[in-house]
Amino acid sequence: MPYRLLKFALKKEHDEPRFFRALETPKKSYDAVIIGGGGHGLAAAYYLAKDHGITNVAVLERGYIGGGNTGRNTTIVRSNYLTPEGVNFYDASVKIYEGLSEELDLNLFYSTRGHFTLAHTESAMRTMRWRAEVNKHVGVESYVVGPDEIAKACPQLDLSCSGKAPILGALFHAPGSVARHDAVAWGYARGADRLGVEIFQNTEVTGIDVQGGKVAGVQTSRGYIATNRVLSAVAGFTPRVCKMVDVKTPIVIHPLQACVTEPMKPWLDTILVSGSLHVYVSQSSRGELVMGSSLDPYEVHSTRSSLDFVEGLTSHMLDMFPFLSNIKVVRQWAGMADMTPDFAPIMGKTPVDGFYLDAGWGTWGFKATPISGKTMAETIARDKAPELIHSFRLSRFEDYELTGEKGAASVGH
Amino acid sequence: MKLINCPINGVRPVSEFVFGGELREMPDPDQCSDADWATYVHHRNGAPGLKKEWWYHAPSGTWFIAERNTMTEEIVRTYLFGQEEEK
Ligand SMILES: Cc1cc2nc3c(=O)[nH]c(=O)nc-3n(C[C@H](O)[C@H](O)[C@H](O)COP(=O)(O)OP(=O)(O)OC[C@H]3O[C@@H](n4cnc5c(N)ncnc54)[C@H](O)[C@@H]3O)c2cc1C
Repeated sequence: MPYRLLKFALKKEHDEPRFFRALETPKKSYDAVIIGGGGHGLAAAYYLAKDHGITNVAVLERGYIGGGNTGRNTTIVRSNYLTPEGVNFYDASVKIYEGLSEELDLNLFYSTRGHFTLAHTESAMRTMRWRAEVNKHVGVESYVVGPDEIAKACPQLDLSCSGKAPILGALFHAPGSVARHDAVAWGYARGADRLGVEIFQNTEVTGIDVQGGKVAGVQTSRGYIATNRVLSAVAGFTPRVCKMVDVKTPIVIHPLQACVTEPMKPWLDTILVSGSLHVYVSQSSRGELVMGSSLDPYEVHSTRSSLDFVEGLTSHMLDMFPFLSNIKVVRQWAGMADMTPDFAPIMGKTPVDGFYLDAGWGTWGFKATPISGKTMAETIARDKAPELIHSFRLSRFEDYELTGEKGAASVGH
Repeated sequence: MKLINCPINGVRPVSEFVFGGELREMPDPDQCSDADWATYVHHRNGAPGLKKEWWYHAPSGTWFIAERNTMTEEIVRTYLFGQEEEK
């Protein structure tokens, strides 16, 4: 046993080192204010300070950091998208993730498992081939595999899916990973705090002060704060915050639910996704199966859970893994997914000067946390969005230049 | 189980219904600007509130309007399109 650990064990008092200062009173003004202490807001704060030397920054979080979709997601990280813009963007995120534990000096449990998107129909196989070609072209390791290779990677899987939806093949994506979501938020929070960024929990932005088409400050539950630059990184709350500045977006909010089983010995090495059966599953480092499905079918602004969801999901899980019939689901929860019509995010500048938007992350934004933080920090620092996120701009809708990402983003995460 | 009152068939389980989105006024395509038309096509009133929405009772093929609070999921009333006043 290391000496340090022994000493720690014998100590009477155990101090609990904080990840970031417990601040209560914001300053009168900041160079930039970030609304939302999810992974995206915290990452943007970290890169503003680290890459651009802008450290007079406040992150305002209405609840606790990571308590939004960041702490509710099923943590799948991948870049096997359909459009070259999408693949490039998510690949840049995967590359940052791979070195992020080291950079943030925190174990994010980033675990590369390989990711199979199962195809049960000929048309799904066609999309898999298409994605594989686009991925290869951009330099991302994805290829189509047959049932034998799937069986080798996951012998427990019933390839016929109870005879209902036989598996014809899959898109295999080698870099597919999972990570510990809370740690991503905490790591960025600690990193940003150390560089001087101030994080305020239990601090809600209630209004945005716009004067002559320019941001002048924000009203908060802890008083008024003057600033010329505001980033909204509030995922499921985006329509509410955009309403404060009268910025129109296509975003609608649907709940997305997930659940976990009781822990089991490790048996599932890879990440499996089935679009036809609306299931995605991986096994956490604690041994729980982490499972999710498709969106709830109508708009709701709440994080309530439903029995319909677990019933539907588990019946499909049993089609794939009949031997799980006596395993219990122990927890379920929901997040509020900010959905866009083309399944791509909305990032960058808006018609209001100094109001920047990082939104439309729907069911797929955890994997983008590092790269969205980095590119939004650059957008705020230079008042100009980098090329990498040009196709995700809000004005793509009035330009009728939507992205074509739906085929790879819908159930896939 | 959630229940919805279909104006034709009465109270039925939510699984029989399909959500059709918020009821929206279409601007006159010949009169409105390109920007207003793009707003109509793409943008949505995504903020929570009491909304008038299209719902579809699939087994009977009935489209109707539901006034629903999108925060609490409470359905205040349902009626056939254009028959709001009669209720
Ligand atoms: C069940 C589920 C599964 C998912 N699975 C995956 C997956 O496998 N892979 C993947 O890549 N993505 C996944 N996602 C999507 C992903 O979780 C999100 O896109 C991502 O976490 C968004 O991060 P964020 O920081 O933008 O938002 P959030 O983490 O939601 O942070 C926004 C924060 O803003 C705060 N806020 C809101 N309004 C205000 C205000 N007025 N003032 C102050 N603070 C405010 C909120 O409290 C919240 O903490 C999943 C989502 C869900 C719900």
